[in-house]
Amino acid sequence: MPNVTPTPEQSVEPTAMSAMRKRVFGHYGIIIGGAILLLIFGMALFAPYLTNFHPILDQDLSNKMVPPMWHDGPKVNPVHPLGTDLQGRDYLTRLVHGAQISLLIGFAAMLISGVIGTTLGVAAGYFGGRVDMVVNYLITVRLSMPVILVALAVVSLVGSSLWIVIWVLGLLIWDRFAVVMRSTTLQVRNLDYVAAAQAAGCSKFRIIMTEIMPNIANHLIVVATLEMAHAILLEAALSFLGLGVQPPAPSWGLMISEGKGMMFFDPWLVGIPGAALFALILAINLLGDGIRDVTAPENRN
Amino acid sequence: MLKFALRRLGVAVLVALTVSLLTFSMIYLSGDPAMALAGETATQSDIENIRRVYGYDQPIIVQYLSWLGNALQGDLGRSHYLKTDVSEVIFARLPNTMILGGTAITFALLLAIPLGVVAAIRPNSIIDRIALTIAVIGQALPSFWFALILIFFLGITYRLLPITGTSSWMNFIMPSIALGYYVTPGVMRLTRAGMLEVLGSDYIRTAKAKGLRPVTVLFKHALRNAIIPVVSLAAVQFGFMLGGSIVIETIFAINGLGFLAWESIQRADLPMMQAIVLVLSIIYILITLLADMMNAWLDPRIRVN
Amino acid sequence: MSAILEVEDLKVDIPVSSGMLHPVQGLNFSVGRGETLCIVGESGCGKSLTSLALMDLLPSKATRSATRLVLDGEDLTTASDRRMSDIRGNKMAMIFQEPMTSLNPAYTIGNQLMEALLRHRNVSGDEARERAIFLLEKVGITGAASRLGQYPHQLSGGLRQRVMIAMSLMCGPEMIIADEPTTALDVTIQAQILLLLAELQKEFNMGMILITHDLGVVARVADRVAVMYAGQVVETGTATQVFENPTHPYTQGLLECIPIPGKTERGSPLGSIPGIVPSLVGELDGCHFAERCRYSKSECMTGAVAFQAGMEDGHVYRCVLGKDECASNFAKGAA
Repeated sequence: MPNVTPTPEQSVEPTAMSAMRKRVFGHYGIIIGGAILLLIFGMALFAPYLTNFHPILDQDLSNKMVPPMWHDGPKVNPVHPLGTDLQGRDYLTRLVHGAQISLLIGFAAMLISGVIGTTLGVAAGYFGGRVDMVVNYLITVRLSMPVILVALAVVSLVGSSLWIVIWVLGLLIWDRFAVVMRSTTLQVRNLDYVAAAQAAGCSKFRIIMTEIMPNIANHLIVVATLEMAHAILLEAALSFLGLGVQPPAPSWGLMISEGKGMMFFDPWLVGIPGAALFALILAINLLGDGIRDVTAPENRN
Repeated sequence: MLKFALRRLGVAVLVALTVSLLTFSMIYLSGDPAMALAGETATQSDIENIRRVYGYDQPIIVQYLSWLGNALQGDLGRSHYLKTDVSEVIFARLPNTMILGGTAITFALLLAIPLGVVAAIRPNSIIDRIALTIAVIGQALPSFWFALILIFFLGITYRLLPITGTSSWMNFIMPSIALGYYVTPGVMRLTRAGMLEVLGSDYIRTAKAKGLRPVTVLFKHALRNAIIPVVSLAAVQFGFMLGGSIVIETIFAINGLGFLAWESIQRADLPMMQAIVLVLSIIYILITLLADMMNAWLDPRIRVN
Repeated sequence: MSAILEVEDLKVDIPVSSGMLHPVQGLNFSVGRGETLCIVGESGCGKSLTSLALMDLLPSKATRSATRLVLDGEDLTTASDRRMSDIRGNKMAMIFQEPMTSLNPAYTIGNQLMEALLRHRNVSGDEARERAIFLLEKVGITGAASRLGQYPHQLSGGLRQRVMIAMSLMCGPEMIIADEPTTALDVTIQAQILLLLAELQKEFNMGMILITHDLGVVARVADRVAVMYAGQVVETGTATQVFENPTHPYTQGLLECIPIPGKTERGSPLGSIPGIVPSLVGELDGCHFAERCRYSKSECMTGAVAFQAGMEDGHVYRCVLGKDECASNFAKGAA
């Protein structure tokens, strides 16, 4: 028989959900990134219960600069698995509590910038014309000002606390949200079902919420993960320079800064929080890349 | 092409004005700039003095316009702390930042573009996976941490490179790597994506059908087209580096604008802070303008109309 | 008239996710100097891949094999990549279907034309320029000298295709392969370009393979015709032979689809061939056309079908039915 008859396996149509599930779980980036993120999130959530020490108050100046477990070979330090810092505080405890700070700042700043950027971007893409011109102009202005410099300057003038850092970052990193949401809205806007909704007389707001938003949601998630990582990096840099979260809070950036003076003798003071930061950012990026690969692979750069 | 250039210039001027306004108003974030400048140990008369000298007692519009007017003539005010003209200091330190930015972007491009090209020629091969892994790691590595790692290994443990200062070209090696590597993933990915797309295009098929040598096809025909967006990305990233150099300059004690900004922030030297943000923003605007022009010039479809 | 190109048992295989695809299965044909061979077939029959196979421009995953692939006495199956690169654009040139995207937008017409010559010949820039102008004028482009400095986007589709033709002639090839050169052009331009190709071919005494799905084109320019279906040649002969005595049921079906002024009655149904092209993944048994053929029998379904001689010398077709039976079928069907 010259023609090919469909085999039994081919005859069954895979559902969209099961196909998606297969793609998600088959993607290494999502698995690894998701796992690491879950781990760090767990650390942050259960921080107070994971160790016996307090990250700030339990100082023991007689016990400072104790190296971590692996340092002195087989001699294991069960009390302080990751050693202690310059003020005798348990490093593991500080690390674990630092996760709270990073995740909180990252998430909150991402939310704020996400709301600002998405509103601007969707408005520009949907309404076009003057609205688009104004939004583009705002984006250009924002892009022209160096973020770290402005953030540092503002924080130095207004004062540095957790929430000030969150708001400053949130008000500064909305540009990518705006750009991406604008271009995806432009693409979706001209599709038939939007025209159908308009013809049916739906209000603009309703059209935006019910027709446009669901279709740009996957891009939004990808950008959100990238900007969360961006915010975490920025906060770490700010804290490293002394103008972010203030001591004695256990921000990872701050811990690196505190340890850099003794780096030659006790490199773990710098190595451990840095590795934690790296792992967190990596996980978020992998997750974001993975989500993009799975939902919209044609948007790879 | 000319109309395009004029339009872009107009937008750039408008953006520059807005930036100047924002920069100017920045100092009011702390409340009373005179008090911030005077410091904590100042008396009331000191504060009044400063207010008068710096003109903070004038209406805001007047202050802005006179500040802007002066700035356009090159006078960016006086540093209260250093007792010299701000512009003098800034333009003395600017070259170091430019050199740092220049070497950093050069390093990034020398690494990223070849990697991107090779990855595109052999997609999904080992070298492609290596390139993508470098990209993923690069994007997750905090620059200040990477700088410290570089210092630890290259500077302290193995004593290969100097750590601080700007006495020789060797001083710029580690800072350039620490500043530039962050840009590498983006450029590499863009080069790779652009090359992949271009290599699948019809005119490449024509080039091969003409019997052109593979090197000719790759560089004269493919890369020439794929590189266009990369050029403007590189220019934009260079602009970012100028602003983002503050962390690297501080770590390596390089006497550039970033370090100066850091010092000014510590000393609450408001006029200096203002001026630095303004200067860097203007430079960035100029660079992006140049990048747009270059972009248009590289693509004959825009240039020859 | 000696053959400039001889092809025997040309095959192209491409691994795909569901198995191995065989888009070209054992083609045999030859092209003489000054002769035009038209390869006709519907979309997906493998004709474009055939042309890419000849030029060794197949995608990297594809493999090509042939028992004989000889260009002007040289065996191309054993030619190194370097040798093929020397031959392409030089002895054997190709014209593609999409003139709008086949030229590099970043370089001038002149640059791209001269590059074709400078690659293969040791001539000066001025000589290359002269040749470019000469050929541009040959293909009917006026003001050739100033055109050299223009960019592709400044030319219309028809002009770009003329440039492509000129470019393929820069080194004076012995063999030209034109893959649907007029499909993407305006109907009014199509005739001009075809005429141009035919003139140039005669003038430079080149062998030409013209690939098309348009029987009208075939009727205009072909010396010989090879009808392709699902990766195989099903009928081949001179143009006259194939048009006047279409023997293979597929060829007959194709010709029935064309309304003939004067012969086809107004209002009578236009012929069509029901069914779709079979999948070429995996091994196929029997005649590829059997499923859609209205004359198929059980013996058509299995085993390879050999070529049979048609009414005249040089006219062969691949079918189990005898030539007289086919002829009478056609007469009945066309009535």
